[in-house]
Amino acid sequence: MSTLDRKLTRDLWRMKGQAAAIALVMALGVMMQVMMAGLVVTLDETRRGYYERYRFAEVFAPVTRAPAHVLHQVAALPGVAWAEGRISGAARIEIPGRSVPVAAQALSLPDDAEPALNAIRLQKGRLFEAGAPEEVVLLDTFATAHGLRPGDRLQVVMNGVRRSLRITGLARSPEFLYAAAPGEMVPDDARFAVLWMSREALAAAFDMKGAYSEFLVMLSRGSDPRGVISVLDRVLKPWGGAGAYDREDQFSHRFVSEEISGLRDTAAAIPPVFLGIAAFLLNIVIARMVQAEREEIGLLKAFGYRGAEIGGHYLKLVLAIAVAGALLGALLGILSGRAMVQLYLHFYKFPFLVFRLDPGALALGLGVSVLAAAAGGAVVLRRIFGLQPAEAMRPPAPADYRGAGRWARAVSRLDQPTRMVLRRFTRTPFRMLGAIVGITFGMGLSVGMLTIHAGFNQAVALSFDVLDRSDASVTFTHPVSQKTLLELVRHPGVLRAEGTRSVPVVLRNGRLTHRGSITGLPPRPELARALTPAFMAIDLDGPGLVLSSALAGKLKARAGDVLTVEVREGTQPVLHLPVTGVSETVLGAPAYMALEALDRALFEPGRISGAALRLDPARSEAVQIWLRDMPVVAGVSLKSEARDAFERVMNQGTGATRFIMAAVAFTITFGIIYNAARIALAERAHDLASLRVIGFSKGEAAYVLLGELGLVTLLALPCGALLGWGIAHLLAAAYSSDLYTITVVFRPAAFGFAALVVISGAVLSGLLVKRDVDRADLVAALKTRD
Amino acid sequence: MSQPPPIYRVERLTRVYGTGASAVQALRGVDLDLPPGEITVLLGPSGSGKSTLLNILGGLDRPSAGRAWFRGEELTTMSDRALTRYRRDNLGFVFQFYNLMPSLTAEENVALVTEIARDPMTPAEALALVGLAARKDHFPSQLSGGEQQRVAIARAVAKRPDVLLCDEPTGALDSATGREVLGVLQQLNRSLGTTVMIVTHAAATAEMADRVIRFTDGEIRSVDVNAAPRAATEIEW
Repeated sequence: MSTLDRKLTRDLWRMKGQAAAIALVMALGVMMQVMMAGLVVTLDETRRGYYERYRFAEVFAPVTRAPAHVLHQVAALPGVAWAEGRISGAARIEIPGRSVPVAAQALSLPDDAEPALNAIRLQKGRLFEAGAPEEVVLLDTFATAHGLRPGDRLQVVMNGVRRSLRITGLARSPEFLYAAAPGEMVPDDARFAVLWMSREALAAAFDMKGAYSEFLVMLSRGSDPRGVISVLDRVLKPWGGAGAYDREDQFSHRFVSEEISGLRDTAAAIPPVFLGIAAFLLNIVIARMVQAEREEIGLLKAFGYRGAEIGGHYLKLVLAIAVAGALLGALLGILSGRAMVQLYLHFYKFPFLVFRLDPGALALGLGVSVLAAAAGGAVVLRRIFGLQPAEAMRPPAPADYRGAGRWARAVSRLDQPTRMVLRRFTRTPFRMLGAIVGITFGMGLSVGMLTIHAGFNQAVALSFDVLDRSDASVTFTHPVSQKTLLELVRHPGVLRAEGTRSVPVVLRNGRLTHRGSITGLPPRPELARALTPAFMAIDLDGPGLVLSSALAGKLKARAGDVLTVEVREGTQPVLHLPVTGVSETVLGAPAYMALEALDRALFEPGRISGAALRLDPARSEAVQIWLRDMPVVAGVSLKSEARDAFERVMNQGTGATRFIMAAVAFTITFGIIYNAARIALAERAHDLASLRVIGFSKGEAAYVLLGELGLVTLLALPCGALLGWGIAHLLAAAYSSDLYTITVVFRPAAFGFAALVVISGAVLSGLLVKRDVDRADLVAALKTRD
Repeated sequence: MSQPPPIYRVERLTRVYGTGASAVQALRGVDLDLPPGEITVLLGPSGSGKSTLLNILGGLDRPSAGRAWFRGEELTTMSDRALTRYRRDNLGFVFQFYNLMPSLTAEENVALVTEIARDPMTPAEALALVGLAARKDHFPSQLSGGEQQRVAIARAVAKRPDVLLCDEPTGALDSATGREVLGVLQQLNRSLGTTVMIVTHAAATAEMADRVIRFTDGEIRSVDVNAAPRAATEIEW
């Protein structure tokens, strides 16, 4: 090891505190980059592999009932590589001790062979025996939620008949990466199940002997799904085709895609900000650090070291810090990525998910760190190399404050220490600006994150306390008459019941389409409502549609536009309906219409497909049991359960990143302030000691240093608040999708809390630095040589 | 006629830096009484202990053993807070490198002290005493070394201190400027009665002192009373 290298290691040890603070800030920037980019790659690639391995279909074509031979016809269509037919039906699972039944989807698998498409991944147990009518393979997450194991029995109602089934195995499928109860957007393992059974058994249960109720299609390479879909729709029309759709409209795929694209947007928007701040800080701090080494540099030059040797030495010093920070960041990124993956696994039903490092993100983080550090060091080194060795060794002449302003009258009331604080600003405005910008970013990120946090909470409150004020919602097996509603209203324990009608449709505005449903609401509803963005009830009246803001955005539709509505139910009429308004939404992208007008348009007057209920809490349980046993009830969803599930979703997945980012923003704020304080101390240690010698108390001397820090913080707070407001809007756009909408809500508490965090960061770093001011060596300040 | 009580009294004062083999004895049991109102010059080579004594008397350092009193109050047992108060109320410091605040003008540097003193003169008066009234609005970077040192002296005397402690006040100045600065110190001693202690290498400075204390190896070698001190401006360097 050369002497210079030994000096290097000792220098690093001497400045370990500050070096650690710089490396930490850099590490956080790199961590965000590595974690988020890695998550995108991980989710994307794992999903691709899963789809391929289990042959996930590209087009789905539900029908009412098609004879088995139609499968050959479908398989022979141009653009179709593979086709598979299956039976799909709704089922209810009765769990002992639970008053509300669990909605389930029953799917058939071939008795004698692997399915050509949509294979399942058996996690435990075995498949059913060919033709064994009472054997079932169950979605494993549901089984886990209820403690069910292979060998256990399950009470299932299919097509109105209660059966006792035996679980033979637990499985997952790429079709149910994301699974939610029907009519809900958010997954809840305990409240949604998939039953895979032999085709023969399901054919018997649903009266589908020799027939299919759904076709699955894999496209041949390069064929256009839209072309295949339109041909399929024509071919399947005689069999009650409800409209084929591609993966993009498949519930699970769509949700996972939204998650990945949200994550990709966030990964593109947020980590560069962190990395940029970290690089900026690193640059400033390194520049000042090298500046402080001025005397040593002069000495080395006097000894005869060449510029390149000295430059190399200091470059090594700054690179050691930058590279250590970047490597630490990569490590933290991998660790936090792994932790995030565990969160995702709770919630997306991947068979496995292993965090993958994105080499590009790692290279970017490392490159930015090294460049920022090298640039910061190089600028100062060049200036110092311009000096003669003797000049460099001499302490610099008193800093020139001529331009800093005397403000004789303006500041005549200010005491001298305050003038010292203020003149630092007027003398080195750019340096102060740098510190302000840094803290502004810290504050901005905190405000942004907290405001988004408030947005998430607002979304929950809005969805469950304002838009929908019911306690439970009931879906019927088929549209029923208002008589059923009367029956509900009259039942003891039901305080209020409002009939609703949900109709599956495809909405078109020009070339933009949305596959969803129209919800018919009664006049002046009190439970499930459509509200304006100002939370005023929208009066639904006449044959017009009120679109949710998410849907209006997706279709680029405004009030007055006429949409083409292809109904996917009954006689499948095509309607042309005007848009009459836009409503506030949180969950999904609904469209509303007056119930009566909707029924009239469908030529089915007085029909409802579900009801929103307000229940007497004391009798809620009894009502649920009564509903469970009503043959016409397909499912009951309890608001409290849906709310819990929604809050879980908000706190996991994409929502969880906000906690990580808030923590990182807080740490960066502290890092910025601590570094600013340390630098200020290094530059003013001599002045402060002099003040102490001439009789200033510790507190008075510290004021000169901390006053500067306080002023910087104070100026950064309002700037950070503004920036945070902007960041919140960016984040809201990145997090929102047509699955849920996050709006930016003004919450003074978010600003207050962010300010508190920044101020406590400032106070904490101030206290740490003040300790050094207190310990200052007064004799050294005199520069005596005795 | 009884002698006035000493302003400083020092008993068996010892200061050791470091421990074990690397220990350095800066002061080896020094005893001293200093009467008020005099100019005392402490002479000696580097490492002889003169600055260490000044630092202890100035409340900037603590002895390893021994005791010191200022006007009968024991310095060596005072808390940090009490020492700060002592420096603030009683002492003026002049350093070799002036130790001015670069961000404050000459007048403001003086005001720095007058704002916290009990009975100060105005900054303008203090600057007039050192002949710098005309340059009160200049920043340190605009002043010569001698001028900076005079500002430092104005800052030290503006609070009307009992004692002026000067550590190599002419160390960074040429001889003409050095004489000027010493002249200012002498004049202040004569007109205000301030006790002045000057630590220096320059033996010629002894000619202006009422009392000369010579140090070698951490011990006082001699104390000489000068019956007829010369005017600082007449000293030959």
